[in-house]
Parts: sequence; structure tokens; C-alpha cells
Amino acid sequence: MTFEEIRNFIIDKFGSEVVVREHNQAPQPYLVIETARIADVCQELFSNPQTYFDYLACLTGLDNGPEAGTLEVIYNLYSIPYDHQLTLKVVTERLTPAGALPNVPTVAPIWKTADWHEREAYDLVGINFTGHPDLRRILCVDDWNGHPLRRDYEWPDYYHGIKVRYDNHNEVNGFKGEGLASTINPGLPPLVNEN
Amino acid sequence: MAESSSPYTQYLLQSEPNFFDPEKICPGEMVINMGPQHPSTHGVLRLEVITDGEIVTNVMPHIGYMHRCFEKHAETRAYNQTIPYVDRLDYLAAMDSEHVWAMGVEKMLGIEGQIPKRVEHIRVLVAELNRIGSHFLAIGTYALDIGAYTPFLWLLRDREHIMRLLEWISGARLLYNYIWIGGLYYDLPIGFEERCQEFVQYLLPKLDDLNTILLENKIFIDRTANVGILPLDVGINYGCSGPMLRSSGLKYDLRRIDGYSVYPELEFDIPIGTGIMGTTGDSWDRNYVRALECRESLKIISQCLDRLQGDYKRTPDFDPQAMCPKKIRPKEQELYFRGETARGELGFFFRSTGKSDIPFRCKRRSPCFSNLSVLSEIAKGCMISDLIAIVGSIDIVLGELDG
Repeated sequence: MTFEEIRNFIIDKFGSEVVVREHNQAPQPYLVIETARIADVCQELFSNPQTYFDYLACLTGLDNGPEAGTLEVIYNLYSIPYDHQLTLKVVTERLTPAGALPNVPTVAPIWKTADWHEREAYDLVGINFTGHPDLRRILCVDDWNGHPLRRDYEWPDYYHGIKVRYDNHNEVNGFKGEGLASTINPGLPPLVNEN
Repeated sequence: MAESSSPYTQYLLQSEPNFFDPEKICPGEMVINMGPQHPSTHGVLRLEVITDGEIVTNVMPHIGYMHRCFEKHAETRAYNQTIPYVDRLDYLAAMDSEHVWAMGVEKMLGIEGQIPKRVEHIRVLVAELNRIGSHFLAIGTYALDIGAYTPFLWLLRDREHIMRLLEWISGARLLYNYIWIGGLYYDLPIGFEERCQEFVQYLLPKLDDLNTILLENKIFIDRTANVGILPLDVGINYGCSGPMLRSSGLKYDLRRIDGYSVYPELEFDIPIGTGIMGTTGDSWDRNYVRALECRESLKIISQCLDRLQGDYKRTPDFDPQAMCPKKIRPKEQELYFRGETARGELGFFFRSTGKSDIPFRCKRRSPCFSNLSVLSEIAKGCMISDLIAIVGSIDIVLGELDG
């Protein structure tokens, strides 16, 4: 099925309000789905013989930063028998009004691979996947503070007495500063050059 | 526990607590930690195992011991500066990962069709050489895990030739930084094609030896056949890919499906597991598929060599960096690009803002990550010794798994 056909299929099944926004330009068109309905849409796409998206290739959590105030989850679906793919997206606020992590329904019961991918997104980006069977940190240690891939994340100085920030390591030792220093040490010029 | 009074023990308990509570498991069961420094975990993987005597009733992998913030690094560096970091993800098949990264960025820049054919063939050549090296190490260390020492030495001897060839090309044995965005660091050294041709002739009989000494060995079959059977539907649902999924009987190879680079022009088969020695998708099948894939890779290599000496032969004015863009700044877009490495589907999700030379977000989709997640499903009910055989047959590289 083409992207248009899949979009029409979703609208037929769930009504037009479920597709919040669509972007149909190359190289990768996507649909933004209403956050509360994403698990239902995925379940339908997974189990309907017309679409049969049996393979969740990738699940990405993405933080747009405090100015934008939004956070995204991107699902890259693939259907092995039909060889068609689809990108779905969910946009939510960075923090709930109460200051908690935003909630996104889990797709782990549909694709088991989402179990670990969602744990990774929770760990690094800070998204609470509601209904997830086992939402723990996966890459960082269990008592780590904060979510490192958030744009406003600040490195701790110490973790259990272990020094975390070696911010002036290169300068002290006579090495030329590297690009990473631009995030750790605000004094160095960033790599981004706007023009 | 008496030792938990030490602050360091407390830190350890807090930093990676056990998943299973010893108070709540069945009587007669026991919680055992395998790893993180166990040789058969091929790195630093910790398996929390619940055993009932010799039987494993549940497994929970704990990962992240080698997490080096690849995504964070990638989001603070220009696209071309990340290539050495991509090498360090899957350090056993770095050329394959570099190839995927370079193709992904080229696709975002819209220059994917303009890469010179000679460059494309050299890329495929080195990626396949690296794939053979990776499979050799996978099978060799697997044999070592389950107690066969000689095949390990034989396979590492043959892999050494590949390492030397790649060192000749790039100057490094494991982490190459050879495939650049839009081109290559350098053309093949003079005489490489001939030497590589000799290597292909050398390696073909060695693959038969591998069959004789290891794969058809009675002890090896007894240890691996019918162990850790991965049914196809479970494999797909858990996002398995690469030899792991193919051994369950599905011809799922992105080199054919997506047909990137010059793979559509090359002839090779996709070996799948058929359960010759036991059941389709068991540990023996996974290793057999890897061994068959080495043969297919050799086919690809000799075709590339023929073309590199024929249609796309070395010319004095050939510049492998001719298409390398001076400024790598993709337009505002999002792209998930995937390719087949030695372990399966390696994907990169990019978001570029169009105003910056560094990606706004870069997510790696690691094949080992998804392949390992199926472990607790397929290892339930096996023996402890079989658990080693199952973990080894998944062929994980912790550098990539933890990112």
C-alpha cells in the first residue's frame, strides 16, 4: 500500500480526527497520530490483513527542547510480506502540568520489541509509556538522575563519588578541545554555524 | 546480608538492582548472576538467572555496562566526525556500520545516486570482507564457549588475513574510518585486487574445513541442535534480524529487500536455516547460516574484484574523495535509514534542522539490542550449559547493544 492508501485506511477506521497532521514529502512521509489512540491504531495496522505491519523496525524518542515544549515518539513500521513501510509519530508535551513525565500509551503488547525500545526511550528521553509491563531504566544505572537526551539535561558532578564531568580534561592536559566540550563547557564555540 | 553494610555494596545494589526477589521465587529455585564479567557473555552482559537445579526457569538480561552515549555524541558532532564513533558501535564489523551511516547521510543530502561506481564497489568489497571476519569471530568464539578450542584458532588464523587486508587499505585493524560521506578515504592500494583474489582462493577450502571440523562434528551438533529454538513469528515480533531471523527460515536480507548500493547488480543467495540437524531456528542453524553467508560474501567479493579490475579499474586520475561534499548540511527532514550488517538490521534515525551541520537527533537501531531481547523467551526451560550456547549463538557485540 502507498502512504496515501494507508492514511485513508486509518481515517476510514478511526475517523479523520485521529490523524492530527500529515507530512507527505520525500524522503520519509509521516502521520502524526492522536496520542491517546496510538496503541489502537498500531493494533489495527498490526492485525488487519490489508496492512499487516508485523515488524517494528525502530522506536525513537525525541525531545524538541524547552522552547518548543514538545516531545515526540516516532514509530518506523515495516511489513515483511507486503514490503511497505510507514512512519507514525506522536507529539506530546515535555512535562505534564503537574511536572511529571508525559504519558504515551505503550505498544509493547503488540510488538514485543517495543518493550526494550520503550525502556530505552524512557531512560534517555523521559517518556512514561502507560501500560508498559516493565518500565525500568535499561542503559543508564537505576539510580541515575534525569534523562540524558533531554535538551535541558545537566550533567551531575559526581555519581557515588565518581567524577562525571571531566570538562577541562583536554585543556589541562594540553589537548585541543573537542566538539563535545561545546555542550559540557559553554565557553567553547558550538559546531553549529547559522547563515 | 553482612556485606551490604559497606557503602560500595549499597551503591552496587542501588545502581543495578536484581529484577527477581529471592523471597518471592518458588521453593527450590535460586537466583544466579551470570556476568557481567563472564567470558561467554562476549563483553559485559549480566544475566540474572533463576534456576531450579540445572534447569533455567527465567532469565533477565541487564545491559548498559558499556553505554558510551553514542547518540549524545552524534548530536554534538558534524556528520563526518561521527564516523569513528560509528566504528566503535559494532567494532567487529565496523565497515558495515560505516557503510550504513554514509549511505544514510548521502540519502539526506540527495547525492546517493552520484557516488562513483568504483567507490561503491570498493565499499561493498570491504564491507563483505569485514562481514566474513565478523562471522568467523562469532563462530570461533562460539565454539570456544562450548568447549572446542581448535576451530577458534583456525578461524582466527584466517580472520587475521582479513585484518591485514583491511589494515593495508585503511591503516587500522578494527576501527577504520575508511568509508567517508560521498566517497572513501583512499583508493585501494596498488596490488590489493590481486592479493585479495589470492585470499578468496585461500579461503574457499577453509570453509569446507570449518564444516568438517566444527559444524558436522557430533559433539557440536549435540550441544547446539534443538537448543534455543526461535520460532519465526516470535523472532519477527521481537524485531530480530540478520542471521538470527534468517536461521528461523525467512529470506529477510536488506541487501536484497532494500537493494542499496550495488547489491542489486551482484549475484548472491540468501541462506536460511532449514533445521538439518534439529529444528529450524535452533543454535546450530544460526551458526550454519553464518557459515553459509561467508560463502555468499566470498561470491560478492570475487564479483567486485572482477569489476574493479575490469569496468571500474584503477585510473591515474580517479579521486575517491571527488564527491565528498565540502559542507555536509542536509535540508530539514527526517529519515530512518537501515542496512544489513553482520548482525542484522542496523538503522539510523536522523532529524536534521537544515540550519546546522550536526544532527538534531540521531538514534541508532541496533540489531543486537532486539536480538538479545528475545533471550528470556527462548532460554526458558533450558539447561544452564545450554544458556551459554544460546547467548553465544545470538552473536552479540556489547558495544553496539549498549550504544
